[in-house]
Amino acid sequence: MNTLVCAKRVPDTATKIKIGGDSRTIDEAGIQWIINPYDEFAIEEALRLKEKAGKGEVTVLTIGPADAGQTIRSALAMGADKGIHLKDDAKNRDPSAIARAIARTVQEMAAKPDLILFGRQAVDDQSLTVGPMVATLLELPCVTDVVKLEMADGKATVSREIEGGHEIVEVDLPAVLSTNKGLNEPRYASLKGIMAAKKKPIETRDAAVPEDRVTVRKMDYPPERKGGRVVGTGVEAVPELVRLLREEAKAL
Amino acid sequence: MREFRGVDFYQIDALLSEEERMVRDTVREFVSDRVMPIIEECFREGRFPTHLVPAMAELGLFGANLKGYGCAGLSSVGYGLILQELERGDSGVRSAVSVQGSLCMWPIFTYGSEAQKERWLPRMARGEVIGCFGLTEPDHGSDPGGMETRAVRKGDRYVINGTKRWITNGTIADLAVVWAKLQPENKIRGFLVEKGTPGFSAPEIPRKWSLRASVTSDLILEDCEVPAGNLLPGVEGLKGPLGCLNNARFGIAWGAIGSMMATYEEAVEYAKHRVQFDRPIAGFQLTQAKFADMLTEITKAQLLALRLGRLKDAGQATPAQVSLAKRNNVYWALEMARMGRQVLGASGITDEYQAGRHMANIESVITYEGTHEIHTLVLGQEITGLSAFK
Repeated sequence: MNTLVCAKRVPDTATKIKIGGDSRTIDEAGIQWIINPYDEFAIEEALRLKEKAGKGEVTVLTIGPADAGQTIRSALAMGADKGIHLKDDAKNRDPSAIARAIARTVQEMAAKPDLILFGRQAVDDQSLTVGPMVATLLELPCVTDVVKLEMADGKATVSREIEGGHEIVEVDLPAVLSTNKGLNEPRYASLKGIMAAKKKPIETRDAAVPEDRVTVRKMDYPPERKGGRVVGTGVEAVPELVRLLREEAKAL
Repeated sequence: MREFRGVDFYQIDALLSEEERMVRDTVREFVSDRVMPIIEECFREGRFPTHLVPAMAELGLFGANLKGYGCAGLSSVGYGLILQELERGDSGVRSAVSVQGSLCMWPIFTYGSEAQKERWLPRMARGEVIGCFGLTEPDHGSDPGGMETRAVRKGDRYVINGTKRWITNGTIADLAVVWAKLQPENKIRGFLVEKGTPGFSAPEIPRKWSLRASVTSDLILEDCEVPAGNLLPGVEGLKGPLGCLNNARFGIAWGAIGSMMATYEEAVEYAKHRVQFDRPIAGFQLTQAKFADMLTEITKAQLLALRLGRLKDAGQATPAQVSLAKRNNVYWALEMARMGRQVLGASGITDEYQAGRHMANIESVITYEGTHEIHTLVLGQEITGLSAFK
């Protein structure tokens, strides 16, 4: 079974983000880049499926600048077999343009993947749309937020975490799935894996991403948090606190 | 505590290969996830986290710079980076990995027969066999050449008698590489002694206040008989154990950088938030002077270790060069832990903060693998041609 995992290079979530001089992109100086954590669940799951089946190939695809090759090499170090790096230097890409580039790449593949995995969302732009859009463009079924996955006879049985429980969905392959936290614990890239990654093939070409139909015009910092205020002290303050929580904060 | 970022003031990352950076990052993450949450308790309780051995093996930390036999085949710099990141966590944990790789796997790899290598190295790489290195004795530390442990051939076996002390991993080791003077030749040879061999015991040394998260033991050999096939054939004389130590010392020069990064980062973070006289102590001159010194020493130590690693991979690093780096980097790691502890004030004396633990640990690191003073004499002899050892 051949799996394609789409992974994105994002800023480390612990980074303090600064808005760049053009007020519509982030200042990339000093940023530590990582694989989008949700995509790591996807990579890990693809590796587990391959290990369970005893055969198959895991391909990792990324769209990004030259440095994004690191994303692929990290995935290869975890155990993926090959990479596709679509080079694109633009920032704040329209998710639909990304989806179209990915869909076109899949359509051009000689051997189509049986399963295409995405992380549920990227932790930088949080659009949550690329996976489902790629599925639609490829006319493939799509199930999002997968927290459990079982494969048998060309069918995937997945669990989605929903409010108050789990939804079990069965879907025929080929299919697109997006992965959520709780699906698995991604492995560390072992040292042998890191050394072996050098020898694995990465296909690099221009992404030729179609034009953005949604653009970022401006970026702003969130408003400064207002200071808290002391409502009172001791048990006597409780009625006033409850009133404020209900009437002002509307939290009760 | 916020996520550990390391220190890289002179963009040394740019001098590492991408693989070396990935190796460093993977071990850094492993230490943050698996070591940091448990290390204070392990240290306090005097317990080595043996439960981490399988995960460390899976990552490939054991014998990482050896080629073949299930080992990762990393460059010396890659190996050094592993130890740097482990020691950012704790010197005791790093010691266990140093011993396994440099002092136990390395001599088998370098001096052992093919049969010995096949028998032991893959299992040691998988963490299924833990090793230890028996050179130091109660009465012979800095002068290993004076060792009293003796081995005598008896038919198809060797009989070994003697005591080794301060042996990391001893009590938990499945295999000990024991150095003894073979009689009647009176030549130092290496012997593989397996746990459970009659006449071999490894009691733990109690009451330590340093390297508490590591096992330190005596090795007691009383008419301990090992098969002739357990002799390491490839080396005779002190150069056998010294070859191993040279590798371990290289790793320690890197490990010390990890400790420095940990204590420096901790002190700076603390000082930014600690307010006295209505402002953060990070703004006071004496505190800033400490930080300037710390950053300078970390940067120097990094450049020493990196150049040494590149020389080593080119087959050009001399023992004296290794001595210089070990001596310098560990000296400053100890100083920095003390400086960091002082910045922390009273808070620094509880194990809520790392500086005290690093300070206690580095007291061992400055003594083992060649004391500070011994490395001083190595350099003195290198410079002048005159030995001041005796």
